[in-house]
Amino acid sequence: MTNIIIETSKYLMILLIACYTFFNFRFFSFPDLERKRMVCARQNQAMFLIHLLAYLIIYLKSEDDRVLIFYAAQVVFFLAYIYLSRLLYRNVSRLLVNNACMLLCVGFIMLTRISFDKAVRQFAIAVAAAVITWIIPYIMDHVWQLSLGAWLYAGIGLVLLAVVCVLGTTTFGAQLSLEIGAFSFQPSEFVKLTFVFFAAAMFYRSTDLRTVAVTTAAAALHVLILVMSKDLGSALLFFVTYVFMLFIATSNWFYLGGGLAAGGAAAFLAYTLFPHVQTRVAAWADPWPYIDNKGYQITQSLFAMGTGGWFGMGLYQGMPYKIPVVEKDFIFAAISEELGGIFALCVLLICIGCFLQFMMIAGKMQAVFFKLIAFGLGIVYIVQVFLTVGGVTKFIPSTGVTLPLVSYGGSSMLSTFALFQIIQGLYILKRNEEEEYEED
Amino acid sequence: MKKTNPNPHANRNIMFLTYGVLAVFLGLMLYFGYFLQVKSEEVINNSYNARLDRFADRIVRGHILSNDGQVLAETYVDEKGEEIRVYPFGNLFTHVVGHSTKGKTGLESQGNFYLLTSHVNLAEQVIHEISNQKNLGDDLVTTLDVGLQQVAYQALGDRKGAVIAMEPDTGKILAMVSKPDYDPNPLSLEASWEYLVSGENDQGQLLNRATQGLYPPGSIFKIVTALEAVRENPSGYQDYTFDCSGVFHLEDYSIKCYHSTAHGAQNLGLAFANSCNGAFANLGLQLNLDSMYRLSEQLLFNSELPLPMAYSKSSYNMKGGASQWEILQTSIGQGTTQVTPMHMAMITSAIANGGTLMKPYAMDHVQNAAGEEVKKFLPSSYGSLMTAEESAQLNQLMVRVVTEGTGSALRDASYSAAGKTGSAEFEAGKETHAWFTGYAPAEDPQLVVTVIVEEGGSGGKTAAPIARKMFDQYLLR
Repeated sequence: MTNIIIETSKYLMILLIACYTFFNFRFFSFPDLERKRMVCARQNQAMFLIHLLAYLIIYLKSEDDRVLIFYAAQVVFFLAYIYLSRLLYRNVSRLLVNNACMLLCVGFIMLTRISFDKAVRQFAIAVAAAVITWIIPYIMDHVWQLSLGAWLYAGIGLVLLAVVCVLGTTTFGAQLSLEIGAFSFQPSEFVKLTFVFFAAAMFYRSTDLRTVAVTTAAAALHVLILVMSKDLGSALLFFVTYVFMLFIATSNWFYLGGGLAAGGAAAFLAYTLFPHVQTRVAAWADPWPYIDNKGYQITQSLFAMGTGGWFGMGLYQGMPYKIPVVEKDFIFAAISEELGGIFALCVLLICIGCFLQFMMIAGKMQAVFFKLIAFGLGIVYIVQVFLTVGGVTKFIPSTGVTLPLVSYGGSSMLSTFALFQIIQGLYILKRNEEEEYEED
Repeated sequence: MKKTNPNPHANRNIMFLTYGVLAVFLGLMLYFGYFLQVKSEEVINNSYNARLDRFADRIVRGHILSNDGQVLAETYVDEKGEEIRVYPFGNLFTHVVGHSTKGKTGLESQGNFYLLTSHVNLAEQVIHEISNQKNLGDDLVTTLDVGLQQVAYQALGDRKGAVIAMEPDTGKILAMVSKPDYDPNPLSLEASWEYLVSGENDQGQLLNRATQGLYPPGSIFKIVTALEAVRENPSGYQDYTFDCSGVFHLEDYSIKCYHSTAHGAQNLGLAFANSCNGAFANLGLQLNLDSMYRLSEQLLFNSELPLPMAYSKSSYNMKGGASQWEILQTSIGQGTTQVTPMHMAMITSAIANGGTLMKPYAMDHVQNAAGEEVKKFLPSSYGSLMTAEESAQLNQLMVRVVTEGTGSALRDASYSAAGKTGSAEFEAGKETHAWFTGYAPAEDPQLVVTVIVEEGGSGGKTAAPIARKMFDQYLLR
């Protein structure tokens, strides 16, 4: 009987997330606020239904009463987050709030299925992150001096990265995190944000050659420290973000072309210098001869997605735990295996939807500082999505990057929440301005 | 905060980069879709994919059937719900169908995904789910012909070796026998397993010699040497002459014909028909070795074969600058060249099919437990191994093997056959391996047969008669 429920809800969940995703893009074709709000309400219904179905299956399969309490806690959290957001910030982007909740919801479902304890931890961090980052839009609105602290941002970022580089603990051949008591803290997740603020603040001051040179030197220092920590995924992320921000700030095609060429050369250099880069490239090019060792993770990921197919195996019908670090870097494969390739593509489309909204907000911001922040954070976000999904599907070599809001990981959760709230702050700022204008 | 925008192009550029990002993601999504739709089937059917075994919890493994619907493998469920895999023909289909306990081999491995997927109608599936019964997996209908398989099996007898029969114009594998073999039925496999994998056992029963056995090709390699001669001199290759005294001497080296038979005055056609070693060793000295190496690569030596089953790669090593001894040896299929019977069957099949190789396959279609077709495997072309003219010229040479040469076992058949015999030396003091590869009818080839009998002596005396029985069975029944 449980199997029938799993089978049926598998298709229902795919239908629901397809509707959700459709609304996500349909949203933009409605000019009037009323219909936009109606679309968002539909999205909420779809999300809560998916959430309900998934936890029903998890409960039936695990027969663990804690699941019921956990589910109830999540419902309370989502409801509170959605409604309090609107209450605290009248002009909040409901679509962005919805998307954050949907991605969290998918993450909670998969994590609970893989490991109940990890899911609870993740949930606790999400609640804490939501509360902590709530203040961000308020700060954005009230603190005018944000653009003045360029060197402060750079200083914080560089010090944090340097500390990790020297003292950090090594995971999978890279120094990523600091152990503080029982907590493991991954500073590069936060330096992403300070880095974007730094570049935006510098280019807001000036885009003359001298400033560009100084900023590039500081940015290069960030990247170099990351390379020394062997965190090449982050190094790539910082690099691409910087080159794109430089291009948008200056509109100078030479910087874009030169930057990308330099990046290509650096990538080649990294390939020749670092054995673990060669390993990953070899495992990407043809993992099958190395199925027992360096190709194990990617081949297990391909097995998972391939066996799941378009419609998935159904929750608890697959073996996502066969993939090493599935809850972090390879969560996308687990989603695809059990919830289906279509479901996974919808998750990807939701991520792309977030990115498009970030870019629209960047386009609407008139102040260069804010424009660059929205743009830079958008690039930070989408490059992460690309690196993780591309790595999992063997489109590109795996770089060990997590899927924001979905993958397990406290630092990533907190920093992504902050990222979304900063964008939210910009959106609110803009909407408030528009309202003032309309009232005039 | 400053409202002016010093960079009027910023928004245009943001749009430009956004489109760029979207294009990259479109590529990613198309790749993912392609993987799920096309690539995944071949990827997931891997013994490292533990997920497929999980299917067995809910599905009763389907049947494997011959091309006329006879059961080659089925799962029998007793009253207690215990499942036993049964192979009604015992050892007859051992290697090609394989076994499914002690790991999976042959079609049991290749078709694992289909056998463990159920397409019984939805209502039935739901009823089974509710009553907590397993669904019946799909059946795999193969291209295998029970009659041909039996003929090959009996003809090979107790000798070690392999026989392959396939359709040249489709690539369908009709028979594939490898000996020695073992009983794949679970109980006897369990009982014999320890012996089969033990170090003292040097018989190699688990090896499918048809696709994995590497042998020196001996004289059947003269097909390749002759093709190179044809290719280098399309109009004049028949003018090549050689006077055979039974032993060909060159400096310190000597190459003997089989039993040192003196063939006398030979041209290329006669030398091929008589399998004259001296004539071919001497011919090899006149050939462009680099060009011949390229030909060997076109014929899929040293490379992956378009084969869906486990196989070994054939090897060919002679390049320009080779020593005289290496040239003499390699030209007559001795030396370091090694081939699998399946690879020779594929080359023969291309000759029989106007130069085009059809990819060999043994899975014809998948049907659900009610017999409705779920998936059909269609013949597909690998491409040309040689031109149509070249295949026609080789056909003429191979017909003469039967009409006036070493293929005398097929001479009085009511159909016309074509082929090449071989007697490959592999170890001093031991009897040669007997080879035959060929097809019939020569003017409209319907069946390709490749035979190897280990230490069987002369190809013409030992291997060709087995091929004769196969052709008789297929063409005269």
